[in-house]
Amino acid sequence: MRPETDASEKRSVVKGVFRKCDGCGETLLADALARNSEVCPTCGQHHRLSGDGWRRLLLDDGLLTEWDSHLEPGDPLAFSDGRAYRDRVGIAQRNTGAKEAIEIGRAKIEEIDVAYGAFLFAFMGGSMGSVVGEKICRLFERAVTDSLPAVLLQASGGARMQEGVLSLMQMAKTVAALGRLRDAGLPFISVCLHPTTGGVAASFALLGDVNMAEPKALVGFAGPRVIESTIRQKLPEGFQRAEFLLQHGMIDRVVSRLEMRREIALILRHLR
Amino acid sequence: MADLPFEQPIAELSARVRDLRALAEGDPKYAAELRRLEDKVARLSRELYQDLTPWQRVQLSRHPRRPFFSDYLPLMFDDFLELHGDRTFGDDAAIIAGFARYPKGPRGRSVLVIGQEKGRGTKEAVKRNWGMANPEGYRKARRLMELAGRFKKPVITFIDTKGAYPGLGAEERGQSEAIGQCLLAMSRLPVPVIACIVGEGGSGGALALGVANRVLALEHTWYSVISPEACASILWKDGSLGERAAAVLKPTAQMALELGAVDQVVDEPPGGAHHDVEGAARRLDSALREALASLEGLSEEELIEDRYRRFRRLGAIHA
Repeated sequence: MRPETDASEKRSVVKGVFRKCDGCGETLLADALARNSEVCPTCGQHHRLSGDGWRRLLLDDGLLTEWDSHLEPGDPLAFSDGRAYRDRVGIAQRNTGAKEAIEIGRAKIEEIDVAYGAFLFAFMGGSMGSVVGEKICRLFERAVTDSLPAVLLQASGGARMQEGVLSLMQMAKTVAALGRLRDAGLPFISVCLHPTTGGVAASFALLGDVNMAEPKALVGFAGPRVIESTIRQKLPEGFQRAEFLLQHGMIDRVVSRLEMRREIALILRHLR
Repeated sequence: MADLPFEQPIAELSARVRDLRALAEGDPKYAAELRRLEDKVARLSRELYQDLTPWQRVQLSRHPRRPFFSDYLPLMFDDFLELHGDRTFGDDAAIIAGFARYPKGPRGRSVLVIGQEKGRGTKEAVKRNWGMANPEGYRKARRLMELAGRFKKPVITFIDTKGAYPGLGAEERGQSEAIGQCLLAMSRLPVPVIACIVGEGGSGGALALGVANRVLALEHTWYSVISPEACASILWKDGSLGERAAAVLKPTAQMALELGAVDQVVDEPPGGAHHDVEGAARRLDSALREALASLEGLSEEELIEDRYRRFRRLGAIHA
């Protein structure tokens, strides 16, 4: 047993120091990658960035005054697929330190006050159940009350299956709240990260006054596997990626993560 | 002939009743036996249809003889005039829309009626893409709903779809955006909006016609975030486990009612809508009239606010 333990410890140390880029395969110093907001300095590949990483990248002093972080999901269907939904939520909460798959609050981006929201993909794939829907509603509603533009970062597989029809209802609820933001004449900047699909894509994510997406982010209604099994053919390279959406007129800009803060601030100043 | 396995015992008994009735004609010695059998059929179907599993309801919602939107349309509306096209790309036959008079008869007034249509028979089903709309369908729906809003005509929708079409062209032409815009437009309509789920209420593609002041669902329908088959393929990587997935997903109209996503479940004739299409239309018609009447007198702002509140409260949250 002992040599095996040593070997695995050694591997984990090596893994901690070096990381392989998902794009070009180059071995990079983990620190260097983290300092570059998880963007590969060689090929520009965007690796997933944590909620904390996004705050530090986009928000002045990395500061978010969070709203409603205490909300937790119920279990309307007493859902279990072998493991109970309640347990899955508990595990996700322990692993992420968050109560749900989104954080919202008030922040500044280049000194502009904003209502800011960011999906946490690490929490059950960023899926939208009752709490995520409720917090997005509150984000738009608070933006109206406090007269703030809304900036929302999406990374989500879609509506959360385990809350059944109530997850579906969040699509209508959030979009209706977005309507009130529009009525108030306040901008909504939608930023699609990898991936933005299903019920999140088909509700507010593509209804931004300005839609942005990270390079190569997958953005679409149906997942690639579902489409392949429907049309019974392989999908073309780059299908549903940010560049594909730009080409088909669905988003305004493909924006490198390293330019995101500057570009969001710029468009907010234009729309002010 | 029964189309679904669980309908078999009733179908067999009904066949025996028919035979016996033919025999019994003018022969009183069969009359008692006939009455006994008829009672049994009635009792059996009552029991069976009261206690359907979620999967059985899903199967009934897809019954090969289940009435479609186009079957209800002439039974419930007068003077229907179909309008076509999204003004951008094409006309999607998976969604039928137009103005009509509702209710039937001298008191009818103009309404916009929109529904998903699966199409009966292979040729018709291909034309209508089995009721799975492309972005053009949702853009047509949105265009006409906004038109109805401008001319102050109530909007009545019929929902019956497995979901929005997950195809290559649908993605190229912005299926997500088309559905999102439909949701947004519906949430802001200054007129009464009633949605009727008459078959399958599959996910965002169904909800795109479902942002209504009142949502009615026929008894044997389903409405959920995902179909049982797709749910099974995510949970257990096996789309054939729909029955098992339905048991945990509980996608029935009855559950949607319990959770507030549906406002009223409308009883179907014994054995389901396919046994008596006119009876089903009559029941839906009376629920629809009541729903419209309940919104009478609300101002445009109140109608929008009523719809906002209806959806705003939906969710299961521990604060």
